[in-house]
Amino acid sequence: MVSETFAHGAEPRAALPVEIQPIHPPPASFWRRVVFSTDHKIIARQFLGFGLFFLLIGGVMALIIRWQLGAPGRPVPLIGEWTFPQNHGAVTPTGYAALFTMHGTIMIFFAITPILIGAFGNFLIPLLIGARDMAFPKLNMLSFWTQFVAGLVLIASYFVPLGPAMGGWTSYPPLSTTVGQPGPGETLWTLALFIAGTSSIMGAINYLTTIVRYRAPGMTYFRMPLTVWGLGLTAVLNALFVPVVASALLMLLLDRVAGTRFFAAGLSIQTAGDPIVYQHLFWIFGHPEVYILILPAWGIVSDLLAFFARKPAFGYRRTALSMTAITVLSAVVWGHHMFTVGMTPLLAEGFMTLTYLISIPSAILFLNWLMTLWGGAIRFQTPMLFAMGVVFVFGMGGLTGLHLATLETDIFLHDTYFVVGHFHLTMAAAVLLGSFAAIYFWYPKMFGRRMNETLGVIHFLGTIVPLVLVFGGMLILGYGGHPRRLYDPSQYAYLRHLMPLNRDISIAAGVLGAFQLVFVYNFFVSLLAGKKAGENPWELTTLEWTVASPPPHHNFDRIPLVLRGPHVLGRPDLTEKDWLGQAEPEPAAPLVAAAKPA
Amino acid sequence: MSASVIAEPLAAPTGHAPVHTSVAFPRDTLFGAATPGKIAMWIFLVSDALSFSGLLIGYGILRGGSTVWRHPGEPALGVNFTAFLTFLLICSSVSMVMAYSAALAGDRKKTALWLALTILGGLGFLAGQMHEYFGFFPGFPTHPLRGLVGEGLIPGHSAYASTFYLTTGFHGCHVLAGVVYLSTVLARVLSGKLDGRPGAVELAGLFWHFVDLVWILVFTLIYLIP
Repeated sequence: MVSETFAHGAEPRAALPVEIQPIHPPPASFWRRVVFSTDHKIIARQFLGFGLFFLLIGGVMALIIRWQLGAPGRPVPLIGEWTFPQNHGAVTPTGYAALFTMHGTIMIFFAITPILIGAFGNFLIPLLIGARDMAFPKLNMLSFWTQFVAGLVLIASYFVPLGPAMGGWTSYPPLSTTVGQPGPGETLWTLALFIAGTSSIMGAINYLTTIVRYRAPGMTYFRMPLTVWGLGLTAVLNALFVPVVASALLMLLLDRVAGTRFFAAGLSIQTAGDPIVYQHLFWIFGHPEVYILILPAWGIVSDLLAFFARKPAFGYRRTALSMTAITVLSAVVWGHHMFTVGMTPLLAEGFMTLTYLISIPSAILFLNWLMTLWGGAIRFQTPMLFAMGVVFVFGMGGLTGLHLATLETDIFLHDTYFVVGHFHLTMAAAVLLGSFAAIYFWYPKMFGRRMNETLGVIHFLGTIVPLVLVFGGMLILGYGGHPRRLYDPSQYAYLRHLMPLNRDISIAAGVLGAFQLVFVYNFFVSLLAGKKAGENPWELTTLEWTVASPPPHHNFDRIPLVLRGPHVLGRPDLTEKDWLGQAEPEPAAPLVAAAKPA
Repeated sequence: MSASVIAEPLAAPTGHAPVHTSVAFPRDTLFGAATPGKIAMWIFLVSDALSFSGLLIGYGILRGGSTVWRHPGEPALGVNFTAFLTFLLICSSVSMVMAYSAALAGDRKKTALWLALTILGGLGFLAGQMHEYFGFFPGFPTHPLRGLVGEGLIPGHSAYASTFYLTTGFHGCHVLAGVVYLSTVLARVLSGKLDGRPGAVELAGLFWHFVDLVWILVFTLIYLIP
């Protein structure tokens, strides 16, 4: 029956979604329902809570870093006496190194990854492709609790002698060997990342299997919402490249605890290894990692722009294929992080050229976003505002990437605040705004209530303006020669004229931090007192909006039969409403003739 | 759906305007029929292969950049003994295939027997590796006689020693994991839980063959390159 409905090959071949997905009753016991749940929607909420908690910690760390750079040596207000009692509340040099290390680590692996990939990957993939749960619910549960253990290990590293890791989030040797850091903090850091990596791989295997095998009948790859494309490509990168960094972390761990010298710097020791090995292995993973973070946000933004502009996404197929091309290219450009290490010019030029190639699919993607907006009947609701914010800051971040990809300019800009500004605009600002867009957008489906729209707009304005000032200011700082990871810039004569700018950036960062309280308030108050959301509060097409908010344990009473792509919006022959759901039958008498008089 | 469907557009008579119809391939009964477990296992194997590649890249850079790889006093690796271990592992792959074949035929006893032989092969490999490292079984013919550690190949003393123990040890962990995995499958076969479900044996087989295949790569790159 199914195959009669579609042109040949339109339905996933031999898919048996009904037979392999029976409806199970929800578990009765408290522990299996709330704590050790195998329901992807519960696990998604666990990941969201975990990620938001670490986002708060990482954010406070960023503010302390900015305090030290804006007012070097002054006691940190409110928490200074508690965090740095030995220095009268002012940040210590080692404390500063620990702060920027842990800020990066926490934000990347314990905030953004759990929120976008853990929470939204889990919540959205089954709902958007019409499945009742993930392919492996128990593996899914294990993935969250593994990540949880990693978080505990990371926090524990704060309470060991000599403090936590201080080698930067990249943890280059020899800074990260026992020569650089004799304490156990760095060992725990390595262990925490290794454990978090296994969690990511488990998640990736689960996501990919679910996308390949559990799509509802008629949900072809090119009918999936672009969100699922982004999440799926992220899973591909996670499955391929996390193991590579895991091998580097394993070697680093052995160097620290078993007396091997894989990464010991040469010459002085007869039996030395090579620190560059670590850099290669790290960046073979590290460059795909930035796409691991941004691809889900790209997918979400690609969908949201179409949804709120009330028209089909411009160049849906090209957007999906551009993201795929970027995924492939991301694997072969890691050398551009190592231009100043001293590689042969031929190799460096090769990496430069490959990096430039990424700007082709990126430009296609970006222009598709703009063309989606063009001529749309845009609804400026909070998720849309954040999605448009992503377009803006990603444009800024992407363009500044060209300066860093170019060998000749990178040699001057390397390890300056220009780099910090660039990667924060792309993988911090864009990803953060994308996360907020996703939270505002799917909050009604997750919790059954809507967030306050006015507070959402205030939160958006209070976020986007200081965000651009902070990271835009960093670009200028870096162009002025300000190095990154500098404890006290006021000590250097050539940086003294940049101190006012440093101070202004810190003020903007403080404003940015303060406005996040609006979000926290909105999030928790809406949980209890938000307006009840119906099934489909945004009037949209994709499958998750056809079920109750929040969805029942088994998601779909009947596995839907998908008839069309995700963006049937604003079709001129539709009169009752301007959209048609993915599984909704065509209206009985389409008024094509009335729309186009002959 | 037969071959004639493919041939149809080619055989279209000339003189008419070309008809643009989609070309139907004959249905591949296996296409799109893989179980979720099999898909997941393949993704995991690719992922695991890349963890080995990380270690081998490290080995390659360290070895390529070294002036002296094997320092004076360090033994050469015994190719003959390890070639025997390699042969043992390949034999266990054969018995794994026999186990799957028996499982397909629904023969519980034979499946269990071949699985047990596979596990024995894995255990033999592990014992051999311990013997190679530490000289566990005195008098058993090997080179070097007292085990590599006894002869002076100490982890941490040189990049040669460290990369050797890391890569072969990492593979040994995989063999151990495979032995544990196969033992659980064997227990399920014996209890009759897998009757009529050869898929579980096949999955374990996929992992076991992967472990063998990786060993052949490791053996080539670590032992055979002079």
